[in-house]
Amino acid sequence: MADGVPVSSTLPPSTIKSRPRYQGLQAVPTARHNLVAADGEGVRPVLRMLSGAPPGFAGRTHVLYAGSETSAAEDLDRLHSLGTAQVDVLPTSDDLIRALDGLLSTASMGTRLYAAGTEGFIGRVLTIAIGHGIDHKSVLTEHSGSRARRVQCVHCKRITEDVTVSIFECAGCGVLLFVRDHYSRRLAAFQGVCANAEDPSQRPVPEEAYP
Amino acid sequence: MALDFHTETFRDDFTFYNSPEAIRRFPFPFDRDEYMYSVNIETHTPGPVGSVLEHPIDVDEHYVSEMRDRALVLAEDPLRCQSLPHMDLAGWDLLELLMTNMASDYPDHFSLEQGPGNRWHWVNRPLGIDDTFVFGDTSTLPPRPGGAEGGEPMGPMEYVTRQSQGDFCLLDQRDDNLWMDAGITTTQADWSLDFDIGMNFFEWHGPVPLAHEMGVFDRALKYLLNLQQSRAARRLNWTMTINPRLDTSPENYHKWGIERSTVTPENVGEKVHLRVELQVFFRLPRSNAIVFPIRCYLISLNDLVTVPGWGQRLHRVLSTLPPELAEYKGLSGYLDVTRAWLAKYDEAAART
Amino acid sequence: MSFSDVSHKEELLVRVEDVAQVADRVKRFRLVPVDSERLPAFSGGAHVTVMMDNDERRIRNPYSLMSSPACTHAYEISVLRVEESRGGSHYMHTRVSPGTELWITPPGNLFPVHQLARKHILLAGGIGITPFMAMTAQLSTLRHRFELHYAMRTEASGAYGKVLKERYGDRVRLYRTSLGERIPLTDLLEDQPLGTHLYVCGPERMIDSVLESGRLAGWPEENLHCERFLPPPGGDPFVVRLARSELDVHVGEHESILEAVEAAGVNPPYLCRGGVCGQCETRVLSRDGVLDHNDHYLTAEERDAGQQLMICMSRFRGRELTLDL
Repeated sequence: MADGVPVSSTLPPSTIKSRPRYQGLQAVPTARHNLVAADGEGVRPVLRMLSGAPPGFAGRTHVLYAGSETSAAEDLDRLHSLGTAQVDVLPTSDDLIRALDGLLSTASMGTRLYAAGTEGFIGRVLTIAIGHGIDHKSVLTEHSGSRARRVQCVHCKRITEDVTVSIFECAGCGVLLFVRDHYSRRLAAFQGVCANAEDPSQRPVPEEAYP
Repeated sequence: MALDFHTETFRDDFTFYNSPEAIRRFPFPFDRDEYMYSVNIETHTPGPVGSVLEHPIDVDEHYVSEMRDRALVLAEDPLRCQSLPHMDLAGWDLLELLMTNMASDYPDHFSLEQGPGNRWHWVNRPLGIDDTFVFGDTSTLPPRPGGAEGGEPMGPMEYVTRQSQGDFCLLDQRDDNLWMDAGITTTQADWSLDFDIGMNFFEWHGPVPLAHEMGVFDRALKYLLNLQQSRAARRLNWTMTINPRLDTSPENYHKWGIERSTVTPENVGEKVHLRVELQVFFRLPRSNAIVFPIRCYLISLNDLVTVPGWGQRLHRVLSTLPPELAEYKGLSGYLDVTRAWLAKYDEAAART
Repeated sequence: MSFSDVSHKEELLVRVEDVAQVADRVKRFRLVPVDSERLPAFSGGAHVTVMMDNDERRIRNPYSLMSSPACTHAYEISVLRVEESRGGSHYMHTRVSPGTELWITPPGNLFPVHQLARKHILLAGGIGITPFMAMTAQLSTLRHRFELHYAMRTEASGAYGKVLKERYGDRVRLYRTSLGERIPLTDLLEDQPLGTHLYVCGPERMIDSVLESGRLAGWPEENLHCERFLPPPGGDPFVVRLARSELDVHVGEHESILEAVEAAGVNPPYLCRGGVCGQCETRVLSRDGVLDHNDHYLTAEERDAGQQLMICMSRFRGRELTLDL
């Protein structure tokens, strides 16, 4: 079981305790069945976990992978050569989430779920998992790849995907938002709050904070 | 003894005012000249007669107007009141807690008859409410006020908290943690229920600076996990608000934030308010949840300095406040001008 | 930081309305309030602590409430008579009869139902059935899915088996271990839908074995729950110094530090009296000897550090021990 120490530091440290931390993928040796969901560069931690896992683990593992252009046939070959029982490549994360939803609806206790990839992707996997009664603590997660964020505007509630800057204008209400580290698992999004309420003449310059 | 309810506003023209009695009983939170976090939880035992701690649930002269402001907030933004599905039983526990206490301690204004077959009859004279319902059966509760005739019944938490001062958070206890799984927030100091609902104790306190490192939340959580039905607990929290605005929500921050820049040396006394939250923690019997009422008290600095010693103490607290706390509490924009105004009430400052 | 004492509870005076022999060594006690019409409402899995004044000393034993949480005009508890020298069950069986008045604490719950579970599997061994009597009533009212598997030595020793079958039909399975019937744990763990939570209450060995099986079947820790009915273990007597009270307290063979300290007139906070909740955690100021940690609360590091002690369960062997009480 993950011991709470982050395996990779692809995410900068944050002072906010509500900023999620991803403990890193680690094989659960007692799991009867493993379901692994990965997007883009999330395949690296998956390969690392499988190659270090006890014998028989890969043979009880089903990987769902939403590859990107950068993912090579080599990664898929490697997954197979490690003895992974089943590997499904899906064209998009949406397809992957749908497939995962289907698998979870017939899965039993003893099945363990793992998610690796961008924060937005992990958030979506957790939402599906929680919808099936899985405790979020039971899901092993590791961040890999882009740090772009899903952001909810606290004023109009609109969600904006793939935000890589620290300040942006909400397309829903036009308010200039500062992207906080405060994160809601339920919404799978970070909070955006008006950046210049006390002095609207101020227009703080956005930084490329979450590439 | 009957209360004299005001007609006043907490927005727009801000006609809110405190009577001399309200000023006298205001829960001034500072017992020394500096402020730093502590767990500062104590048992919620009855305080002196006439104080805000006299009764487990405090109802005051602002009751009717606060409920009116609440109704306006909810009409504009229904997401301020949410309850995750498993929290219905906790909502009934809360309804029982509030109605029994209000009827018992303010019989001039509220009455409750608990009849056979769980048929309850509740009368709320100040708000003109006279309802019967079956305790535990949500289908027997009235629909949302202002909604369509014959609309869906409200849940028990919404129904009772539309008639109770202060915000309320219902916390489910599981996995050695507390989860904010239901609540109503129309008088909060700047956090969003819609965003925070579903978070655990450490997560919803995430943005609070310094306290985590001090272990304050670890100790507080341990205390609350062992909270028992027979012993409620309480603590005070404080911040400041410009104008007696109740709804200082992040949702509307882009509208009210500007008020923080409108403080001048001439208007400090009238505009700057000390805002104190009385937070209480009750263990609820049937759901094993904890309810956390957050009762808000406002006082203008003009009124505050009429109480001997308060002006001086507040001046000293503000003068020694760590910058991270001032920032987090949103005071930075007007801290200096407020301190300068308060200096004349501080013997030591006045002498220099 | 200022805490008030949290454990001095508003105790309730009850009168024993009825005592029934429900099985070999099990008596059921029905308690009604003396000073009011109703007792406090509670949640399934809650317990009350009964105060028993046994000549020289006061015994306080926690018992699960087995009556339905919907019923607040009486509580029901069951006590298994065990041959142990602490005397609690002996007291209840021999000195309590209809009309006896007892002081009890209001209900507290250390074994609640998990609100987000999709399904609840309840495993009871012997007297461990008691919390599940109340939990099944609650689950049934809330229309949650559940199954109860109840292992008893014989029909005669298994209180409530018949009642449970009558109430819940197929959702209850009974196993008479003296006839070789066993809860089919492996099968049970194998085929449950996601979101199933498991709860076990019974003898220590059963609890440990069920939890271990759950882990080995790949169930996450957060889905496994237990309640232990472990009395404080006895041991050689020793003396404890209470620094703040300036007292030297003798802890006898069959009493816990907490009990000895209470007998001496000091009332530290407590809740479960079984080493799991952390309320009675006490600072060790100095010692010359070995601490025997018998709790389920402190971490291994905390035990090794020897700065804290759960006084409801743990003991000491050595020359000198001073506690911050």
